[in-house]
Amino acid sequence: MEEKVIFEKVLEILKPYVREAEDLKTATEETDILNDLKVNSSRLVDIILAIEDEFDIEVSDDEADEVQTIGDTVSLITGKI
Amino acid sequence: MNHRRVVVTGLGIIAPNAHGIQDFEKALREGKSGIRFLPHLEKLKFGCRVGGIPDNLDQISEEYFPADILHVLNESMRYAGIAAIDAWTDAGMQIPLPDDDRVNWDSGAIVGTGIGGADTLGIIIPKVNEGRARRLGSAVVEQTMSSSVSARLSGLLALGNQVTTNSSACSTGTEAVIMGYERIREGKADKMLCGGAEGSSPYIWAGFDAMRVLNTGKNEVPEQASRPMSATAGGFIPGAGAGILLLESLDSAQQRGARIYGEILGGAVNSGGQRNGGSMSAPNGEGVQRCIRAALHHAGIGPGDVDVINGHLTATMADPLELANWAAALERTPVDLPYIHSTKSLVGHCLGAAGGIECVASLLEVHKGFIHGSINCEDLHEKILPYEKRVVHDTIEKDFNILIKASFGFGDVNSCVVFQKYEG
Repeated sequence: MEEKVIFEKVLEILKPYVREAEDLKTATEETDILNDLKVNSSRLVDIILAIEDEFDIEVSDDEADEVQTIGDTVSLITGKI
Repeated sequence: MNHRRVVVTGLGIIAPNAHGIQDFEKALREGKSGIRFLPHLEKLKFGCRVGGIPDNLDQISEEYFPADILHVLNESMRYAGIAAIDAWTDAGMQIPLPDDDRVNWDSGAIVGTGIGGADTLGIIIPKVNEGRARRLGSAVVEQTMSSSVSARLSGLLALGNQVTTNSSACSTGTEAVIMGYERIREGKADKMLCGGAEGSSPYIWAGFDAMRVLNTGKNEVPEQASRPMSATAGGFIPGAGAGILLLESLDSAQQRGARIYGEILGGAVNSGGQRNGGSMSAPNGEGVQRCIRAALHHAGIGPGDVDVINGHLTATMADPLELANWAAALERTPVDLPYIHSTKSLVGHCLGAAGGIECVASLLEVHKGFIHGSINCEDLHEKILPYEKRVVHDTIEKDFNILIKASFGFGDVNSCVVFQKYEG
């Protein structure tokens, strides 16, 4: 799967959790999920679960702890599929 | 201590027969029932297949909550949030922006629930049993903790005073109003959002169906199913929703020129100790009478001052006993009992939300000068027949001064609050 496709799928997964959906339109790989998109930190659990379901992968707690930006998320997924 | 006077400046309601104060008042005046046939209860093989669930919850919720909050709110939290926001804005208060870091340290919330997030428990239990606890997601604790119905209000409205949830079964909502009243009266807060919320989950209602305390005989005619005081009452009809009042010190209300629905003169809560006929599921009559008398004493009024009773009146065998207790506590005969009526005839028994919803109805009646009718009791129970002229069947337009509202709950717990028309 192309990284661009994964990137778009990640944006779709993030959509219910961001404070302002508009912020996703300008999101890049450097966009920080908590600080820039103002996602409640406890929702990262839900985002990881959604990623596992969408890409049929397993993400360990340690791997999940390393995710900060959208780029981190894309890299994590890319490395597992 | 110099106690402060407490008034009600905001009302919020999402009930089976209406959402919003204007529509709720209209529904009360017109005797509009919110009881509907519920196909999912038939599918689940309930004996009682009717109930009261507020309409259009999903659509209403989208208007009240940002998307990132809405998707983690379960049903009872949505009811509580909608009613609290309505009460807050009805009182002329502003909804703070999420990025505004100012906290309102003088405002809090006591919003109770009887059973709470049972819909979420219905998701948790199978997953845990299947060994999938790690797949539960992040929101299940905030949805199932008992304080779920009050905790979210803190964030929505930047409440910095006490934010808590009480739980005393069907007495919950009225008890919350009394607790908030006491907090403001003692000078510990200026404004308190108080009331109750309850979801409509079958997991909540199933226990009552199993106890055979729901009416199973009117599934074909839902609007006739909730029959407090009727000879053909066959049990209560479950309901859901929320009723929340914004209580405020009179000083605070006057300083900001707020509209005042009525004054809370006093209230009382107690338990019958599960003695002398009292049990986990029935009230000790002496406890009920003591609670009513204590509320009058605390309010500084006599039994002859009460004009209207908004009863607990659920449509069970307890209704005749309740009227006898009212008459004894108020030292009245059946022919001179204050006017009495049951909001549950219109909305069913909304459990932990019942007291809150009925207090909202009571304040509207005190403020606007009317007493809504109780439907489905044309055929009064034989033990209630002597009170016939005091039971309000059709809405009466009448200016009156004092309304007394009581709720009684499983566990043999009682609450009673006294509302007075505010004349300035």
